Amino acid sequence: MKSSVITFPGSNCDRDMDVALKKFGFKNKMVWHTDAELPKSDLVVLPGGFSYGDYLRCGSMASKSKIMQSVINFANAGGMVMGICNGFQILVETGLVPGVLLRNKYLEFICKNVFIKINDKKNKYFKNIENEILELHIAHNEGNYFCTNDQLKEIEDNNQIAINYCDENGKIEDQFNPNGSIKNIAGIFNKEKNVLGMMPHPERMIHTSLSGEDGSLFFKNLINNLK
Amino acid sequence: MIVNEQVAVDHGLKKDEYAKICELLKRTPNITELGIFSAMWNEHCSYKSSRLHLKKLPTKGKKVIQGPGENAGVIDIEDNDAIVFKIESHNHPSFIEPYQGAATGVGGIMRDVFTMGARPIANLNSIHFGSPQHKKTKNLLRGVVHGIGGYGNCMGVPTIAGQTSFDSSYNGNILVNAMTLGLVKKDKIFYSKAAGLNKPVIYVGSKTGRDGIHGASMASASFDEKVEEKKPTVQVGDPFTEKLLLEACLELMAGDSIIAIQDMGAAGLTSSSIEMASKGNLGIEINLNKVPCREAKMTPYEIMLSESQERMLIVLENGKEEHAKKIFDKWNLDFAVIGKTTKSKKIELYFDEEKVADIPVNTLVENSPMYDRKWKKAKLPKKNKIKKEDIKHLKIIDVLKKILANPNVCSKEWIWQQYDHTVMGDTIQKPGGDAGVVRVHGTDKAVAASVDSSAVYCWAHPLTGGKQVVCESFRNLISVGAKPIAITNCLNFGSPEKEENMGEFVECVQGIGEASEYLKFPVVSGNVSFYNQTKDKGIKPTPSIGGVGLIKNYKNMITMEFKEVGNIALVIGKTEGHIDQSLFARNILDEKNGPPPEVNLFNEKNNGETVLKLIDNNLIKSAHDVSLGGIITAAAKMCIKGKKGINIKKPQYLINEIEYLFSEDQGRYILEINKKDFKKVADILNRNAVHFDELGTISENELYFNDKTKVSIDELSTYNNSWLLKYMSK
Repeated sequence: MKSSVITFPGSNCDRDMDVALKKFGFKNKMVWHTDAELPKSDLVVLPGGFSYGDYLRCGSMASKSKIMQSVINFANAGGMVMGICNGFQILVETGLVPGVLLRNKYLEFICKNVFIKINDKKNKYFKNIENEILELHIAHNEGNYFCTNDQLKEIEDNNQIAINYCDENGKIEDQFNPNGSIKNIAGIFNKEKNVLGMMPHPERMIHTSLSGEDGSLFFKNLINNLK
Repeated sequence: MIVNEQVAVDHGLKKDEYAKICELLKRTPNITELGIFSAMWNEHCSYKSSRLHLKKLPTKGKKVIQGPGENAGVIDIEDNDAIVFKIESHNHPSFIEPYQGAATGVGGIMRDVFTMGARPIANLNSIHFGSPQHKKTKNLLRGVVHGIGGYGNCMGVPTIAGQTSFDSSYNGNILVNAMTLGLVKKDKIFYSKAAGLNKPVIYVGSKTGRDGIHGASMASASFDEKVEEKKPTVQVGDPFTEKLLLEACLELMAGDSIIAIQDMGAAGLTSSSIEMASKGNLGIEINLNKVPCREAKMTPYEIMLSESQERMLIVLENGKEEHAKKIFDKWNLDFAVIGKTTKSKKIELYFDEEKVADIPVNTLVENSPMYDRKWKKAKLPKKNKIKKEDIKHLKIIDVLKKILANPNVCSKEWIWQQYDHTVMGDTIQKPGGDAGVVRVHGTDKAVAASVDSSAVYCWAHPLTGGKQVVCESFRNLISVGAKPIAITNCLNFGSPEKEENMGEFVECVQGIGEASEYLKFPVVSGNVSFYNQTKDKGIKPTPSIGGVGLIKNYKNMITMEFKEVGNIALVIGKTEGHIDQSLFARNILDEKNGPPPEVNLFNEKNNGETVLKLIDNNLIKSAHDVSLGGIITAAAKMCIKGKKGINIKKPQYLINEIEYLFSEDQGRYILEINKKDFKKVADILNRNAVHFDELGTISENELYFNDKTKVSIDELSTYNNSWLLKYMSK
């Protein structure tokens, strides 16, 4: 399986993602933001970080960079595109997934482990995954997902919510919401479910010595689904 | 502007220093030259009060590749890998403008590390604030934490450990010390020594603005009531540009274009160009019109003294300009050839085709002032005797709860949760333990780092305090299973012009030196921050020690949480019952006098090395060093983290219970071992003549003392976890 990770100026989880993808069998290529063409890929990843310093609005500058037109075309043709953290922020800025990401409710950067519950398995990202509840890691300042009521209805009607913050037993409640996001949303799909944006970082949870290993489950399952 | 003695004094120079400048130049300096002298000769850059004493520190060792004198120290961690590390203060700016002050402190120390060719792999910090009740404390704490996070998080470097304390002596002068570790191949280390004639001198990074002018001079003076007016001397950080600068520099460093490289930190273009010339015994000629400026009409004086951040000066091989420019263009950074190396051994500056400065380099460096300041030796205070009636009403569990909720002991999760501590995917011990640990990417090795200070002990007796901090750093590294290699120190003191403060400095340095010599734990880098003082009131002497150690196989790393019910906990090291200057004495008995606990270097070394032996034999399940709050506090923290209980036995020898549980004798650890390993462990300890006590058995959910007093771990956890959260949300 071939994957591509896009590096924007200010990306800082690009190497981590490269390491994770290779560990689980992807042939990964790093792609520079000023390139015009994507290499042939089965999966494109927009990594975490602070693209362009996040000085305007998180992800907004990166969403206009040269490579993104190819990424958008790739996604619209049904290609798998995954945005993690800053990558998720870039995805909402391109409009590939609905909604926006606001500053965290308590106005502070949060770095910690969280539990998420997979809401929908009828897609290539989560089909056949063993566990419904995963322990993943978040590290962000703007992960507070927000959308209009009409958008929310549409998202729910289409089953576009990918994952929600929950407790270790899968209970989705306010107290387990780290950033104030609407309905505890931690990640969403586009309508066709080939584009996934999420705040948690599976690439940081790929070894027992790290904060945990549930990220391994995610990547192992993902590459199997793509085969 | 005409330069005279008064102008020199306004620049922070003393009258006799100004006279010396005129004598060295054999003329009156112009304003640009005076600015350059004031920047190079201030305390912050010249170490004029401290040099004499710093020379006495042990700086060599088998593992030391580079000691003090470069941008950072370098140690060997085998297999052609090396760790570059240093700690630095950003105290004065952080008090004036906490967010930017702290942020640029973090940015500056990371630059020092990647200047040497190393990719930063971990950040740490040691931050000290005034009394929690002081009106400024909360905002300063919030600003500093946001600033450290704002910069480090954006750079994508994990913040893996730190230390936070509160003490009223910091009410008018907070301390912000930032430390960075970087990883480099031993044969790809870059230095700041220029070499060769007519080599192009290159400016890269951000443009030069008017921010931070006289920052280093500001850091070399005490504060007074007009401190707020100094805001313009604080630099403004741009972590995004620094991230680009990091990537661009490392990309250029992969080739062979660079002769020397130096970041523009304190005193900006002035100190960077002069240091490169001085080390290479060369001259440098710069055309200031070529320096990329953010604002129009900047004068030579402003360009030379600006402390705008995220800039580097590079001496390139001839003919490599195009290649280098391409890399900096790719990263959208300024790149300008601004001058060349010369044989004149002078710094010569041109602006609008006029020569605006002409100074022999040695007058700025070798001939800079050095003072043997008067200092006063501190007496060892007399021991207090605890009176029975003072402690008989005390309930052990109530005291424990109070200590766990003490601002200096309580959980600092509110702080470190705002720092990205997992980016780079190699953090295997996050903040909150004895030391932070990151894997050496792609290998089985891991590097442990910790930062420590004990201002109260140093204040009570500087010589003992200096030794103690080094020992505590040693213990923290051993507690995670790392072999201690070397330290970096950040020496925060009051005014060197006051005999008491200078004495504190001299004796702390002596203590640090003695301990690091004995423990073979040399000092490879550091920085001195004097004048942490508002009007006449100085801070408690606060040397911060950053220690670094190596774990050969990261799978053998130890953490502090109790692991399994039924296991036994041992206390390594003898408990003598030293209560003076303990948290218990100061906060429960309100007794602020007396000597700090004695430091026995033989025991420190022997106990530590024996614990490492036990760890190497896979006999240890968890470990924690005993520090503030004594044995029971250390045990309680291991319980809280492991969600386990412990049944603590009565002391096995004649000692008062309170003294046994709360004293802060040095050289002690708590270790958890499996019952079946007891004989093996006891054998090794006995063979090495290490004293140990059986503390008790790991149990479920409750901490018992002597089978009678008990408390639930949940309750202790609440005390430990809630103080800071409540304080910050009020």
